[in-house]
Amino acid sequence: MVAYPDDVICELEKKANLIRRHVIRMTRAAGSGHPGGSLSSADILSALFFKVMNHRPHDLTWEDRDRFVLSKGHAAPAYYAALAESGYFPIDELLTLRKLGSRLQGHPSRSKLPGVEMSTGSLGQGLSVSNGMALAGKLDRKSYRVYCICGDGEMESGQIWEAAMLGAHYELDNVTAFVDRNKLQIDGPTEKIMSVEPLPEKWKAFGWHVVEIDGHDMRQILDACDKARDVKGKPTMVIAHTVKGKGVSFMENALSFHGKAPNDEETRKALKELGEEV
Amino acid sequence: MKWSYASQRKEYGRALIELGKTRKDVVVLDADLSSSTRTADFAKEFPEHFFNCGIAEQNMMGTAAGLAASGKVVFASTFAIFATGRCWDQVRQSIAYPKLNVKIVATHAGITVGGDGASHQTGEDVALMRTLPNMTVVVPADAPETFRGTKALAEHAGPCYMRMGRLDFPTVTDPEEGFKIGKAMVLRDGSDITLVGCGVMVSRCLEAAETLDRRNVSAQVINMSTIKPLDEKALADAVKRTGGIVTAEEHNVVSGLGCAVACYLGEHDPVPMKRVGIMDTFGESGEGEELMRKYGLTSDKIIEATEDVMRRR
Repeated sequence: MVAYPDDVICELEKKANLIRRHVIRMTRAAGSGHPGGSLSSADILSALFFKVMNHRPHDLTWEDRDRFVLSKGHAAPAYYAALAESGYFPIDELLTLRKLGSRLQGHPSRSKLPGVEMSTGSLGQGLSVSNGMALAGKLDRKSYRVYCICGDGEMESGQIWEAAMLGAHYELDNVTAFVDRNKLQIDGPTEKIMSVEPLPEKWKAFGWHVVEIDGHDMRQILDACDKARDVKGKPTMVIAHTVKGKGVSFMENALSFHGKAPNDEETRKALKELGEEV
Repeated sequence: MKWSYASQRKEYGRALIELGKTRKDVVVLDADLSSSTRTADFAKEFPEHFFNCGIAEQNMMGTAAGLAASGKVVFASTFAIFATGRCWDQVRQSIAYPKLNVKIVATHAGITVGGDGASHQTGEDVALMRTLPNMTVVVPADAPETFRGTKALAEHAGPCYMRMGRLDFPTVTDPEEGFKIGKAMVLRDGSDITLVGCGVMVSRCLEAAETLDRRNVSAQVINMSTIKPLDEKALADAVKRTGGIVTAEEHNVVSGLGCAVACYLGEHDPVPMKRVGIMDTFGESGEGEELMRKYGLTSDKIIEATEDVMRRR
């Protein structure tokens, strides 16, 4: 196991907070969007884009790049922030989110924004796509990996379990998927709307290597990715326990911020809590 | 008319094998119907490039999208109703919207599926695929055209849908003929009426033209094997030549070939026209030919429609 120095961890945590501040500004500027699920994914995205994944923002067709699919497409603001901070497009462009003519669609579009590997938004589809990318990698004898972030609400859709079967059947050990287990969906707590538990047992039963982590602990995220790389013959599902709205006190575990942008006052407060220097 | 009959599915399988021999980027997926769709023929030759996805069409389309996003030319096959109806959203979101190189090639289209009944027949697939932006829709008339169409699909960049029947269909095209997506073929010249068909109904159009000829009505027959993009030039020429159109398809008259032609005519060349097809109803079990008669997919219906159009002209 790699022992990551404190400064590496600290840097990634800072990047995660930067993603969070972008999310607040972007959704404020757009007047809509999904801050809650974007904030819960920020640490995983930071780890993937700034440490785990091999990618070249200026060489989009590099065949050996690791692939990323945001199956929970509504976390687009956090994804866009990670892409921009990686250098895929100018950071200024983040504030065009959801505006007419922008490349930053409400949900990610592959044909509009360079760096977006797959259009998503209609839930439950990203894991199948990740499997397809992984199959292609196996066929071409490439060593790239495919990373995917699913929402926990997505665990309610049948296609996810179809993909679970395919991933195990074809032994796609080049897939590392995450469930951003923030425990809330639009209409309420997942376990009240449609119970998805016991998630670890379900994924294990479907033949996946399963890890449960605190999705806001940078070391645990990195360790899970490292472990996944060593697993042979099985895809990995990382069940990342997270807090919806993480990092902004009044958004944490608040259903209301699933799909609502903050107002001016809330934006000021949120940015302050996220350490923005005034 | 005396026809020779051949299987579209068999030609699809043969074309896939030819593609497999020359192109390393071709990958084929199926959803537990590979012996029926004949993708099993490809699987036997190129097992590494074939992935059975089981009875999970939504997942198959997503997997196809991922493969295509990684540079593969992906053929995804199952029965037409499952390839288009069961996973329409996956085709829309993961294939058509990102404009990926997936070829959805479906068998058992239309009503000639026969005994399986309405659950397995489809009169809606062309409509479902035609309405998707970025999607190309091909309905080959016979086995040789299916072979050529499959190869053309592989050369075409972007999402495509191609449908074929379960039964052996009459061979109506010249096997030596070329195939170009978006290009209609005039199979018979005529000056009084134009019969525009696709799939098995092209043969019925030719039969109707023969009968009409004996009644001194000169019918032009067009094989409109690409429904989208529609060959508007062929239609414009036909309108100039004959001034009346009858369409014929083994599909619901709602939103299929007939509607595509009607939209073109309405907007550009308003001349009398009539659609022959399944009259907005579900099918039932029976022999393919029996069903075609019962549901009005006959040369007699095309002749009736011709008389109606000519009266209105």
